[in-house]
Amino acid sequence: MYKDRDYDVIVIGAGHAGCEAALASARTGFSTCLFTMNLDTIAQMSCNPAIGGLAKGHLVREIDALGGEMAKVTDKTGIQFRMLNMSKGPAVWSLRAQTDRVLYRLEMRRVIEAQENLDVKQALVEEILVEDVKIKGVLTSLGIFYGTKAVIVTTGTFLKGLIHIGLENFSAGRAGEFPSVGLSDSLRELGLNMGRLKTGTPPRLDAKTIDFSKTEPQYGDDPPLPFSHSTEKITNPQLPCYITHTNSETHRIILDNLDRSPLYSGKIKGIGARYCPSIEDKVVRFAERERHQVFLEPEGLETKEYYANGIPTSLPYDVQVKFVRTIPGLEEVEIMRPGYAIEYDFVFPTQLKHNLETKIIDGLFLAGQINGTSGYEEAAAQGIMAGINASLKLQGREPLILGRHEAYIGVLIDDLITKGTNEPYRMFTSRAEYRLLLRHDNADLRLMNKGHEIGLLDNALYQRFLGKKSLINEELERLKKTRIKYDDPNKSESLEQLLKRPEITYKFIDEHSPPDKPLITEIKRQVEIQVKYNGYIIRQMAMAEKLKKVEGKRIPENFDYVTVNGLSKEVLSKLQEVRPANLGQASRIPGITPAAISLLMVAIERLRRERRA
Amino acid sequence: MFIDDTIAAISTPLGEGGIGIVRLSGKDSIKIAEKIFISPKNKSLNNSKSHRIIYGYIKDPKTDKEIDEVLITIMRSPYSYTREDVVEINCHGGMTALRKTLELILKQGARLAEPGEFTKRAFINGRIDLSQAEAVLDLIRSKTDESRRIAIEQLQGGLSEKITALRDRLTEVCAHVEAYIDFPEDEIETASIKAVLESMKDIGREFHALLKTYDEARFFREGLSTAIVGSPNVGKSSLLNALLKKDRAIVTEYPGTTRDVIEEYLNINGLPLRIMDTAGIRDVQDIAEKEGVKRSLLSIENADIVIAMFDCSELLKEEDFEVIQKVKDRNTIFVLNKSDLQSAIDRNSISSLVPRPSPSILNISATRGDGLEELKDIIFESCLKNWKEEREGVVITNLRHKTAIEKAKTSLERAISALLENQPLEILALELRDSLDRLGEIVGAITTEDILNKIFTDFCIGK
Repeated sequence: MYKDRDYDVIVIGAGHAGCEAALASARTGFSTCLFTMNLDTIAQMSCNPAIGGLAKGHLVREIDALGGEMAKVTDKTGIQFRMLNMSKGPAVWSLRAQTDRVLYRLEMRRVIEAQENLDVKQALVEEILVEDVKIKGVLTSLGIFYGTKAVIVTTGTFLKGLIHIGLENFSAGRAGEFPSVGLSDSLRELGLNMGRLKTGTPPRLDAKTIDFSKTEPQYGDDPPLPFSHSTEKITNPQLPCYITHTNSETHRIILDNLDRSPLYSGKIKGIGARYCPSIEDKVVRFAERERHQVFLEPEGLETKEYYANGIPTSLPYDVQVKFVRTIPGLEEVEIMRPGYAIEYDFVFPTQLKHNLETKIIDGLFLAGQINGTSGYEEAAAQGIMAGINASLKLQGREPLILGRHEAYIGVLIDDLITKGTNEPYRMFTSRAEYRLLLRHDNADLRLMNKGHEIGLLDNALYQRFLGKKSLINEELERLKKTRIKYDDPNKSESLEQLLKRPEITYKFIDEHSPPDKPLITEIKRQVEIQVKYNGYIIRQMAMAEKLKKVEGKRIPENFDYVTVNGLSKEVLSKLQEVRPANLGQASRIPGITPAAISLLMVAIERLRRERRA
Repeated sequence: MFIDDTIAAISTPLGEGGIGIVRLSGKDSIKIAEKIFISPKNKSLNNSKSHRIIYGYIKDPKTDKEIDEVLITIMRSPYSYTREDVVEINCHGGMTALRKTLELILKQGARLAEPGEFTKRAFINGRIDLSQAEAVLDLIRSKTDESRRIAIEQLQGGLSEKITALRDRLTEVCAHVEAYIDFPEDEIETASIKAVLESMKDIGREFHALLKTYDEARFFREGLSTAIVGSPNVGKSSLLNALLKKDRAIVTEYPGTTRDVIEEYLNINGLPLRIMDTAGIRDVQDIAEKEGVKRSLLSIENADIVIAMFDCSELLKEEDFEVIQKVKDRNTIFVLNKSDLQSAIDRNSISSLVPRPSPSILNISATRGDGLEELKDIIFESCLKNWKEEREGVVITNLRHKTAIEKAKTSLERAISALLENQPLEILALELRDSLDRLGEIVGAITTEDILNKIFTDFCIGK
């Protein structure tokens, strides 16, 4: 064993979680090393070349408000931006971008390499070394040891990855890359319980062989809106996507070949996500559907490769060719890379604390797909939080835990560690109880203070934010105080009251009683939303206040649930598994009844008094 | 569930004289009481000193109708039983007034207290000591007693199935709205706005119909009338006393009983009974006694359940035969008392005289307490049978259920207006989730996971 230098923090895996984790740790002053099995695939987008979408777009803006990198890199490498759900209310608008896959990873690599305090090394970490349930260091496949105080594992689909294409299967972390076997065993030996999940990708097609005239183009917004609060303008050329559909012939070919599908022959043991079914699954489960959408998404500005979103498959190559060629526009298509399914190990996330540290090993943090999530955004969100919390731990400070009413990131982490997951977990806006508070437009108002306080957020950006915030508040005040006579000549109404009316927008204010200094669109929009939804916002804030109170009722870490009389066996075992941090979290564990919470509340109070006595 | 709201309940046992107390505890209790209280001297509860008695009237703020003449005591935090602001309203108008007062309070935003909840708060807030905590735990536990819950549910005629069915329909509506919000890029065939609106209106009508049954199911709150009859000195009063000793009714979930004509209340497995101890039946000359017997006979006719008692240490007498004649066609439980003495008659002596197969007959000793548990079980079964024969369909019997359904209905109505006013869909979703949460208080919560399940089952998602 060769002993190389020590680091404060070691991050294993340089995907979307790993990059954010390493940057957060290095930027808050800790010497950090980011290990990757391949320097050329840092921040690789393994699935579709897109960032954002419903609820995911919210996550990206939250990461940005905390001082993360994903939004900035997306803005620099995005080749189509669209605001989704514009026909619905502002709380569920969400930004989505197509990105250039190659540019994305190069840009992220540039940022990582330029970062002070951060080393990046190509090595295969095989073992995590622990002494007295405390992190000691990591050991690579070449027998090199690195000492450290905190390890963040962000290995994505690489743990014992197994790729299926038809009935063939082989070990791999991603198509064309090695899996990580030793590390999975190491985590298991440390005492972590692990399960197996599955995800899939569609075939990638050669644009030279696509007849786009038979498809329907889908253009981005003009001008494109950026993700990052710091981006002034999107400068990349913008490309459309193309929409086409499967048909009965496609479905027939798929059904005829189900016996050669690893999914239907029982070869795949891992559980796939219901919101991202393979085309085999769609055709079988929704037999009545005559067609399914296929989105042809450009992989980049300099490549002919197109991603056929909507038809992930693990059918054999010859079947893929056959069914793809039944789709309008794809009659002559050549597949550049076949679709495949991949199975991988994940750690049941109920073994984590709110700071993403494992309960059993001090200083061991997990983030991203290893925790059972899916999606770059979910991974990056956990990455930045693990990085922040490893840093706070080394500083001896309280962890940063975002509440369910503060951020989608808070919902994400609380769901994972409280409810666990048995399919790859993806964020939806419906998962957020306080959806009207967690808007994409107010991510900065919700989180920039925290990003600043931790020391991650760029100071110039923070100063700009403070300026924006005070302008918003001044304008809100002015709307409240300024009264005008509008449709009733005998009655004056405040601008605020008028703006509440469904038919009136901020444009009306600009026309009838504009502020002394004209405001930028972003601020007008924010003021309008806050006034119009004020009633609902107040209602949700009142709910959030209640939540905060219960979250304040902490359960001691070593609390013995067996001492609580009257808990059913099922409730008891769930409480023992999750070991909730407070009564609020306890009440969200599936199957925990209000009566059980009552019993717990009394038992904790009794314990507190016994200890005091 | 958690201490941040205001709770209320009738805190005096039923059948204990003319005065009853409605008690409130929590930060809004004074504010809530103020809303329904009128003082002839224009005294405000808010400004009044702690631990003083204030005289006035309870008034329905909506109709301005006077409910009762009352005395109110305010106990300000921390000098109260729960260490929170506590208001006690002494009502004089009997159970109807008590119940009405409680309902008004609940309408003003208080929540009906769970069993043991005042005590629980007293404990959590440091008012009572450790040894009392165990008793609190017992109280909370008794609420979750499964067999009792199921028994009551049977009596309610499948209320929980009904609510579950409504909740599932509402979940479906919710799933359609949520799918439409969360999957804008998928070609999913969600229900049209019109269909969603129709479903919501339909569910609203069902809520309305359910709420109406609350008034129909009076006997759950006022008690099934039970007459104890028998010839003199068979031990009718001993039985009543023996039953009352342990199980004198305590008002928890079934407030609201007219007490004018009733002798005593008994609570059997959560079911309130009005028990009438009747005059012994015999042939009499005395006019007053004649009137007593006449009333006994009348009470047999009016009773839902008759307990016919006999002294098993003696042979059946003329009067006993007469009792059997009077009760043989009624829903009757035959009780052979004084099983602790030498038996002169047995079950067959009775069953041979009753023209129906396997009548309920049992031996007890009212003085020793033998057989009382069995008797209670039989009474309970009997009520169940009686109820099922009388009507079909679902009723709401419990004020807590009624309150929850009322709130679910209000939220649903708000959802409907949000839709009609073209409010953003997430507002509609918010109100629907609110409505679902209310129903969840009765039949268990619907989680996001349930809604997502519904979405993934019904719609092909997956761009």
